[in-house]
Amino acid sequence: MSIGHALLGLLETGPRHGYDLKRAYDERFGQDRPLAYGQVYSTLSRLLRNGLVEESGVEPGGGPDRKRYAITHAGVTDVAEWLVTPEKPQIYLQSALYTKVVLALMSGRSAEDVLDAQRVAHLKAMRELTARKQEGDLADQLICDHALFHLEADLRWLELTTARLADLGAQVAS
Amino acid sequence: MSDVLLVGTDLRKSFGKTPALDGAGMSVAAGEVVAVLGPSGSGKSTLLHCLAGIVAPESGTVVYAGRELSAMGDKERSALRRGEFGFVFQFGQLVPELTCLENVALPLRLGGTPRKAAEAAAREWLGRVRVDEVADKRPGEVSGGQGQRVAVARALVTRPKVIFADEPTGALDSLSGEEVMRLLVGTARETGAAVVLVTHEARVAAYSDREVVVRDGRTREPEHAW
Ligand SMILES: Nc1ncnc2c1ncn2[C@@H]1O[C@H](COP(=O)(O)OP(=O)(O)O)[C@@H](O)[C@H]1O
Ligand SMILES: [Mg+2]
Repeated sequence: MSIGHALLGLLETGPRHGYDLKRAYDERFGQDRPLAYGQVYSTLSRLLRNGLVEESGVEPGGGPDRKRYAITHAGVTDVAEWLVTPEKPQIYLQSALYTKVVLALMSGRSAEDVLDAQRVAHLKAMRELTARKQEGDLADQLICDHALFHLEADLRWLELTTARLADLGAQVAS
Repeated sequence: MSDVLLVGTDLRKSFGKTPALDGAGMSVAAGEVVAVLGPSGSGKSTLLHCLAGIVAPESGTVVYAGRELSAMGDKERSALRRGEFGFVFQFGQLVPELTCLENVALPLRLGGTPRKAAEAAAREWLGRVRVDEVADKRPGEVSGGQGQRVAVARALVTRPKVIFADEPTGALDSLSGEEVMRLLVGTARETGAAVVLVTHEARVAAYSDREVVVRDGRTREPEHAW
């Protein structure tokens, strides 16, 4: 999962302090793995260095949480590209996909495009495995089948999520 | 694609008030294996039936080898189906009173081939899909996987240009399903037949060259999605 992109996606809805950003992330995407403060600030300083966010107002006082961060045009472009670039098909990537779908819905982009791009990438990987399986020996077949069943499970999740986009959109907006 | 064989454009079809197809379209090139994917009730079977000339759409066109299906008479259309198309369905397509050999020979017999020649060809096809042993049995006496292989043999015996397969592994366990897909796609490729493969299973669709997705009666081809 790309935490930098997820933070950028959250900043698209408006500038936030580092602490707010961590809370928003944990609430939506961090269920069993909340972000560490250090991780938030090191990610933000990398985004700052790369021109994807900028400081938007510094409040007086001490402590690292004085700064507010806003996304830049370059940052918006970066999020948009990330959303429609499929994840490398591999087992257990639902958290990255879930994050992308939610951020697409939050920013008014097409979540269906996100899911479609992923489906294309998954099916491509499954075609390659199917071809390999047909040329290989029994051991190859078993290994390929294992991967194929898992990728198929991802695809079933993609299909189900596509069917639930309207509901999910309503929930994300509320 | 240069050698497009079959094209459906802007197809619409309703059953009562429900639109089953709402502007669907797809094309198939000679020898190509195209998967039609989508959730249950999305219109996949109706799309296949329209492309195969089994169901007439309310609007839109289906053109096969430069000829529009709706412009043909019923007789011409069924001759086309018998001569150029082959069909594999989920189940229930074999005639229960006939032996498996007679079932495979049937499309040739209907096309006027004498019994001996038809049964010789049928026997060869049963061998190609590796179910020689069921030749003299009736469909009710063979397993689901064997029955589907017989159906594949029957679809291919006339050397069709297009095979329409609607959930061909839908009633099979994983292993028999794999076997049927390997044989179906393998023999289609050997004979140069195109395949329109309707399925809701990704592992089955993975045998195709590309996919078309149907949702709510509309098609979406990934290369045109954005
Ligand atoms: N012969 C029919 N009579 C009435 N409704 C039908 C008939 N065939 C299909 N439908 C309806 O049309 C829609 C699409 O069906 P179908 O093409 O069979 O979908 P799929 O094959 O994707 O499951 C469904 O709502 C289905 O109930
Ligand atoms: Mg169907």
